[in-house]
Amino acid sequence: MAKVELRNVYKSYGTTEIIHGVSMDIADGEFVVMVGPSGCGKSTLLRMIAGLEEISGGDIAIDGRVVNNLEPKDRDIAMVFQQYALYPHMSVHDNMAYGLKIRGLPKAEIETRVQRAAEILELSKLLGRRPRELSGGQRQRVAMGRAIVREPKVFLFDEPLSNLDAKLRVQMRAELQALHKRLGTTTVFVTHDQVEAMTLAQRMMVMNAGHAEQIGAPLEVYGRPASTFVAGFIGSPPMNLIPGTLAEGGAVLLADAGARVGLPAALPKFDGRKLLLGVRPEHLEPCDEAAALLVPDVDFIELLGSDVLVYGHLGADRKGARVAARLHGSMAASDGHLALRFTPKHMHLFDAETGKRIEIE
Amino acid sequence: MVEHRPLLKFVSHAVLILGAIIVAFPLYVTFVASTLSLEEILTVPMPLLPGNRFFENYAQVLTAGTTTGSHAAVGSMLFNSMVMALVVPLGKISISIISAFAIVYFRFPMRNFFFWMIFVTLMLPVEVRIIPTFKVIADLGLLNTYAGLTLPLIASATATFLFRQFFMTIPDELAEAARMDGAGPMRFFFDVVLPLSKTTMAALFVIQFIYGWNQYLWPLLVTSEESMYTTVIGIKRMIVGSDAANEWNLVMATAVLAMLPPALVVVLMQRWFVKGLVDTEK
Amino acid sequence: MAMEKRVVFRSAWLPYALVAPQLAITIVFFFWPAAQAVWFSFQLQDAFGMHSEFVGLENFAALFRDPHYLQSFKTTAVFSLLVAGCGISLSLLLATMADRVIRGALAYKTILIWPYAVAAAVAGVLWSFLFAPSIGIVTYVLKGFGVDWNWIIKGDQAMLLVVIASVWKQISYNFLFFLAGLQAIPKTLIEAAAIDGAGPARRFWTIVLPLLSPTAFFLLVVNIVYAFFDTFGVIDATTQGGPAQATQILVYKVYHDGVKSADIGGSSAQSVILMVLVIGLTAIQFRYIERKVQY
Repeated sequence: MAKVELRNVYKSYGTTEIIHGVSMDIADGEFVVMVGPSGCGKSTLLRMIAGLEEISGGDIAIDGRVVNNLEPKDRDIAMVFQQYALYPHMSVHDNMAYGLKIRGLPKAEIETRVQRAAEILELSKLLGRRPRELSGGQRQRVAMGRAIVREPKVFLFDEPLSNLDAKLRVQMRAELQALHKRLGTTTVFVTHDQVEAMTLAQRMMVMNAGHAEQIGAPLEVYGRPASTFVAGFIGSPPMNLIPGTLAEGGAVLLADAGARVGLPAALPKFDGRKLLLGVRPEHLEPCDEAAALLVPDVDFIELLGSDVLVYGHLGADRKGARVAARLHGSMAASDGHLALRFTPKHMHLFDAETGKRIEIE
Repeated sequence: MVEHRPLLKFVSHAVLILGAIIVAFPLYVTFVASTLSLEEILTVPMPLLPGNRFFENYAQVLTAGTTTGSHAAVGSMLFNSMVMALVVPLGKISISIISAFAIVYFRFPMRNFFFWMIFVTLMLPVEVRIIPTFKVIADLGLLNTYAGLTLPLIASATATFLFRQFFMTIPDELAEAARMDGAGPMRFFFDVVLPLSKTTMAALFVIQFIYGWNQYLWPLLVTSEESMYTTVIGIKRMIVGSDAANEWNLVMATAVLAMLPPALVVVLMQRWFVKGLVDTEK
Repeated sequence: MAMEKRVVFRSAWLPYALVAPQLAITIVFFFWPAAQAVWFSFQLQDAFGMHSEFVGLENFAALFRDPHYLQSFKTTAVFSLLVAGCGISLSLLLATMADRVIRGALAYKTILIWPYAVAAAVAGVLWSFLFAPSIGIVTYVLKGFGVDWNWIIKGDQAMLLVVIASVWKQISYNFLFFLAGLQAIPKTLIEAAAIDGAGPARRFWTIVLPLLSPTAFFLLVVNIVYAFFDTFGVIDATTQGGPAQATQILVYKVYHDGVKSADIGGSSAQSVILMVLVIGLTAIQFRYIERKVQY
């Protein structure tokens, strides 16, 4: 087990730079998730840690040792691939044993490790099978087994759950967490799925266009998103972001198409500033017209059973910002309007130019 | 098929049976002739049912050849043909698979240049460079040797392409997984690439076995000694004069021997054969 | 070559060692002889190979003045068109029928692929035996129909014989490709046409044949290349270009002039012309492959 340090890591192909200086210290035994939309550079970053991509600038250190110029096999890491990358002509047993054989471990030691991993992953009965005779979930486990037997300092996961169906994904998430609890190995996990990131991560790095937009614990990222990008990426449906200018002593946001959104508490120091007001759909609640801070016109409604999702628009002729609200139980909408309010602690402000978070206090 | 039309079905079978008879007729006559005495063949029309000289004819050609034409025994010719039929495909597969591996899995200066060099050989069949290739073999002192018979036929752009094409379908992640497992390039080649290429190799082997066995022009040029004749050349050398002057029963016995090994390969390994044929041309 | 591997191994010497055997053989047995063929084609050698002098394009000029060579071009054209035409239409007929039947399909297929295993020279021997002027069984039958068959002295009959032997040998190959092409046509398409009221013949002309046209075009090129080069064995084992050069195709003439008459310059010039023809044919084939990739 070991810590992993990324120090101002750059990656470029020819003249195109695709990772623009990312830094993060991953503690010993920590489970870190790198999350972002496709093409944000998260997989490239993981592959740089693995040694499958060259590092164009900065340093990557594992267990205090800079590994920039080490071959993957010398970095003491193991990786689980998106398509599992099982050797199709080898049995489950041989797939797991292959790396150990190459390292020249004694036969008995290889057997012990393979058997133990198979037990942990409930693969003992399948050791003689070929990968094509396994289900998706079983293949996934073999890929994990291949990583486990190596007893590496770091586990790397490259979107390992994206090929599974929804139900299996939930189950594998639980198994991954149990496994991490049991082995305590430092883990870096890459995914584009924010739910996976929220549920698995002890800390997460939200990436966008080759930058680390925010690094923090899941609830911290959810509760205090560092930018409009993070606010829009984490949470479903995404946070409502309403652009406008603060007016009337910082008590009202004048939004597009003549819409007015009231603030639950006036912010005189930001009066006249152009910014984006952010409120999560789950933090909007229905209220009397009189107490309403915003009154969108309703476009359509989705009934989820426990909740109701309401989608609407602000402003005249529905030309203003889009608003979504997640309401509990039934909702009272009259004439296609919905009166909504929110509390000061659920209000987020972002700079209109940079998209960065504006601290209210 | 879509609808039930007895007449159409009847016509289909009739056409196929007629085609099969025409295709098989020369083969059948060859076999019959190989079991007859020379006198029986020379009666017009020759009998169309097998005679009783099967063992005599085959024993004669295998050990002693013909009396009027070439005296070389077909036994040693079969051996020479077998050498060609095995060395050509094995050599071709070996050098093509490693060069394709280098071109697909490495980046190195001149890589594209080498690739195009191999590619261009597609445009230079043996037939268009008969004289100079013969001269090269003569200069190297390889006339009447197995090396001279086989080496020039071993280079093949199609085999290299076929392997390259197959390697491109092996997922990148597999090579990455092997790297993570600590396998170097040659270890990856032997442990992963080679086992996965089995089907491609089998298909190529079948096609190239037939190609090697049936070579004609090249052995004709580089062999002048009877001991180096291949079976196909041997048959040609047995035919010395007009119609009736040849020992057709012995020629046909040799022809049957010349056809049997590749025919067995085609029929018994039909699946690989068809795959090899269709794949090499893609 | 758009596709590239994402992962590569690194080594300063290994890739060179891996391509070395193939390159060595390619250079020694392909490039060096081809270059020599070009070089020889500009030279005039005496019959003993003792002296040679540079004559520029004289060898080529002599070729195109030579009525035999021009005749050989014509012969090759007639021969390859007959081989390709007959071979393709016969195998298309057989493949279409084989695609219809279920019972006995494997047996038909097994018999029809046999000729592929037979060497061209052996095929020549078999057919020349069947058609032998005095003892051939087919000759005997033809005589019954009043046909006087003697390909040893009649040029057109000699041509017919080498065409028959060549087509017979190539029929397996064409058949297998057509069958594969037919089986690749989605059955639902045929069924849809049947529901639209198209009978079997109409379906064949309007649906099956257009969908098979890429295969047919590919086979046309392959068959022409086959007739140009691979039929050498057929001709050498039967007519040897005769009678009176009636079956002397270009490849056979290269061999005849170079090996039998030892006219190195003239033969090399013919080789160079052949190379240009192959390059043309390969280019056509390659364009076809590229087009197929786009589908």
